[in-house]
Amino acid sequence: MKTIQKIGLVIFVFGLVLFTFLPFFGTYQLEKETVETNVKEIHTDKMVEVLSPMFGKTYSSNFAFISDFKSYFNTYNDGLKANQEWDKVIWDNYAFALTKASATGPVSENPFLFLGITVLIGVFGALLYILPLYRGQTEGIKNDGIFFSSMKSKGLLGMITGAWLILFYIVLYWFPEYITNLVLMVDPISMALSGNPASQWFLYGFIYTLAIIVMGIRMFRKYRGNAYQTIRTTSVMFFQLAFAFLLPEILVLMNMPWHDFKNIWPLDYSFFYEYRIDGMISSGALGMFMLIWGIILIVVGVPLFTYFYGKRWYCSWVCGCGGLAETLGDPYRQLSDKSVKAWKIERYLIHGVLVFAVLMTGLTIANYFSGFELLGQATDQLHSIYGFAIGSAFAGVIGTGFYPLMGNRVWCRFGCPLAAYLGLVQRFKSRFRITTNGGQCISCGNCSTYCEMGIDVRWYAQRGQNIVRSSCVGCGVCSAVCPRGVLKLENGDEEGRINEMPIIIGNNSITVKA
Amino acid sequence: MSKANRNIVIIGNGISGVTCARHIRKKDESAQITIISGETDHFFSRTALMYIYMGHMKYEHTKPYEDWFWNKNRINLKRAWVEKIDFEVKALIFSNKESMTYDVLVLATGSKPNKFGWPGQDLKGVQGMYSYQDLELMESNTKDISKAVIVGGGLIGIEMAEMLNSRKIPVTFLVREKNFWDNILPLEESKMINRHILEHHIDLRLETELGEIIGDASGKVKAITTKTGEKIDCQFVGLTVGVSPNIEFLRTKPLESSENNKTIQTNRGIIVDRFFKTNIPDVYAIGDCAEFQETPAADRKNIEQVWYTGRMHGETLAFNLTSDKPVPYQPGVWFNSAKFLDIEYQTYGFVPPVWTEEYESLYWEDDGGKIAIRFLYGKSDMKIKGVNAFGWRLRHDYFDKAISEGWMFEKVLTHLNKASFNPEFFKSHHKAVLDQYNKQKGKSLKVHKMSFIQKLIGSRA
Repeated sequence: MKTIQKIGLVIFVFGLVLFTFLPFFGTYQLEKETVETNVKEIHTDKMVEVLSPMFGKTYSSNFAFISDFKSYFNTYNDGLKANQEWDKVIWDNYAFALTKASATGPVSENPFLFLGITVLIGVFGALLYILPLYRGQTEGIKNDGIFFSSMKSKGLLGMITGAWLILFYIVLYWFPEYITNLVLMVDPISMALSGNPASQWFLYGFIYTLAIIVMGIRMFRKYRGNAYQTIRTTSVMFFQLAFAFLLPEILVLMNMPWHDFKNIWPLDYSFFYEYRIDGMISSGALGMFMLIWGIILIVVGVPLFTYFYGKRWYCSWVCGCGGLAETLGDPYRQLSDKSVKAWKIERYLIHGVLVFAVLMTGLTIANYFSGFELLGQATDQLHSIYGFAIGSAFAGVIGTGFYPLMGNRVWCRFGCPLAAYLGLVQRFKSRFRITTNGGQCISCGNCSTYCEMGIDVRWYAQRGQNIVRSSCVGCGVCSAVCPRGVLKLENGDEEGRINEMPIIIGNNSITVKA
Repeated sequence: MSKANRNIVIIGNGISGVTCARHIRKKDESAQITIISGETDHFFSRTALMYIYMGHMKYEHTKPYEDWFWNKNRINLKRAWVEKIDFEVKALIFSNKESMTYDVLVLATGSKPNKFGWPGQDLKGVQGMYSYQDLELMESNTKDISKAVIVGGGLIGIEMAEMLNSRKIPVTFLVREKNFWDNILPLEESKMINRHILEHHIDLRLETELGEIIGDASGKVKAITTKTGEKIDCQFVGLTVGVSPNIEFLRTKPLESSENNKTIQTNRGIIVDRFFKTNIPDVYAIGDCAEFQETPAADRKNIEQVWYTGRMHGETLAFNLTSDKPVPYQPGVWFNSAKFLDIEYQTYGFVPPVWTEEYESLYWEDDGGKIAIRFLYGKSDMKIKGVNAFGWRLRHDYFDKAISEGWMFEKVLTHLNKASFNPEFFKSHHKAVLDQYNKQKGKSLKVHKMSFIQKLIGSRA
């Protein structure tokens, strides 16, 4: 490692450590006005009354502040619940908004400074490390030492990274009030883009996009000379930055609903929820376009593009989850489980989630059109179960948190209902396949090892069979790492695409059926 | 010929033995099949050993089948070294003196690295690279060393150089020939690989032969000398001067009671006919260790030491052992592949290092000097005979057909875009190759064009 890379690594770790501990700095002070401006009008009087013991008191940590807040707030609600006064209970969660508004520390005064010494310096350090990678080396496969690396082969560093990611997601989804300092840092950027202060989701989107861009640059270094990887990586970087990050914020600035035009139901599981539909319908022509475009993608876009190009057109070229997996997750692709057992579990799980998503959405739509007479508010319960179990726990905590433990496509492989839908089309009606080049396979195992989806590519390649699998996202890495030029991702005629009893070329004695 | 419940024993769990076992099981439900190996418990890809050393994979990843596969297919695996075979009573005797009987015996014992009697060749730190044990040995022999020498410019030599390079161990690479692998590759290709080796900072010494290997007081290698007397300090010597059939255990221990027909006939390898039969009934040999009495085809050697041929031997013998109509081994169009550091190599058909007047060749090399293609075709009939490709993946089925059916070379040349197997979006070179041919021959052949729509949907029609 070059000196400059070591410096970069130190700077990155410095930024990361500061980012991790920043939530614990600063003081918190709640004022009456804070409550008045951050609480719905119908709750203002009650909340001011409930929280009045906190006013003017300076808390030296967010833990103390949140603890007091929760104790007053819960005491009030619990009392009502005990008396069965359900209509008076305040169901809204004000912990995040009030903690954020009460922060009086240095972060709220100097957001740019703290953004600079945590996130931006982290990016700078990462780039110092990444840009000199493989410099002075020839173009080619750069997998030396991956299985000696603690980070990349489930060593201590990998465990620590996984634990950090899991913790980050848990706090982000369920305890955002503890990371208000981090959200405060990006407030000015959010204001500039959408005219609104930042939520934890803005912070998340901001870091997510930076991760894809920085690690995308790493992809350019690592796969230098491989045009497919370079173009594909550029594509995911573009779609994340433009479609998932900038455009939705700009829509909000224009008083439109936040909308990601490349997100497709059922990955975008809330697309048919009442508030989304109402939001789109009430937003004029552009809103109607959002609705119609979304439906066209589901009904026409997915089958048509998947027929011609396989599910890769979405999963490894457009999708945000795929984008993160292909960039941030690339160092962990070799950790996916290739066993037949894992494949069995995969099929039950992913299609199970698809069925869940379809049923939930069907009920939601039926309920919507029946004017909520069918199920009343029961679909909300369903939504919160799905949101908790699938949307947050599976896609986030497990999906990304387990990168260093189970590979970078845990969510895409075992959980994503859109991947399941795309996969069904890819398996049964598509021109896409990975062609096996005659009898050239030497069973070395590089393809299977580096398949992020856990497909045992070699099993097909060594018997001269094309790889047609619903889970293949077409990342192209099996083809890249093959030392003998055996694998090629291509779209072609449907005839001969699935050759289940292939003839291995080269032996004229017999026509061997593998 | 396939009687029920035969006890088929295969010695060797490499690609030949394992392919044979798998294909026997496909057609014979009742046979007892046992594979014996002293090397590892399970079949692994020998060609992938280098990637374990380089950290691209672990040993587990090199196993083409999961461990339950063998049980499910009722293929017994026995971990043992066979010490001798009593052909008379049809029994194997293992190194721990246990024994096992067989009805049908398949010898698929592979190769071992050559050693040509150099002084010091048995010092510690001197080794070849073939088996899993060799890999383990190399792991310990190269721990904390600062310099290595490799002797022998073939495929294993360059792989060993790449392995050491991945661990940042400086390598001096002694090659006896004028250019790397020039007994197989034509001059231009050899020179291209020479340059690529140097580009990787490997100290390539052409036309340099090993003199002796010098050890220190503890019996470890400390230096080598070349035949010209140059001394090179090193702590590791890789001997990669080819491999020969691993049949010592058959040769050195003739049984006391041996009648003539109970001694297996060997030369460099185990002598077999085109049906892989040895001189002893019910005993067959396949893969690296087999030596054909007559070459299986005009462009083939008596001993075939390639992954692909090992697989085909296994397939063919399995067919013969489970069929009433045995067929002779009849290889098709020759093909092979390798990877020289970053440059992939594929070859189809007949491309010798030098050729006679009957043939003509077209060689094209990219300006960057890492992509090249060579065609060999008949001077009078203009039919394609073979192709060498470097840094350019080609379709096996296309060239298998083109060569076996004797397609016109110019037809292949104008349809080269269809023959390419490079990943999508890679720069295509078929026009440049055709331009060069047109220029050399004063012709004006045109590339077979594809429409925009065809390109858009990836049609190959």
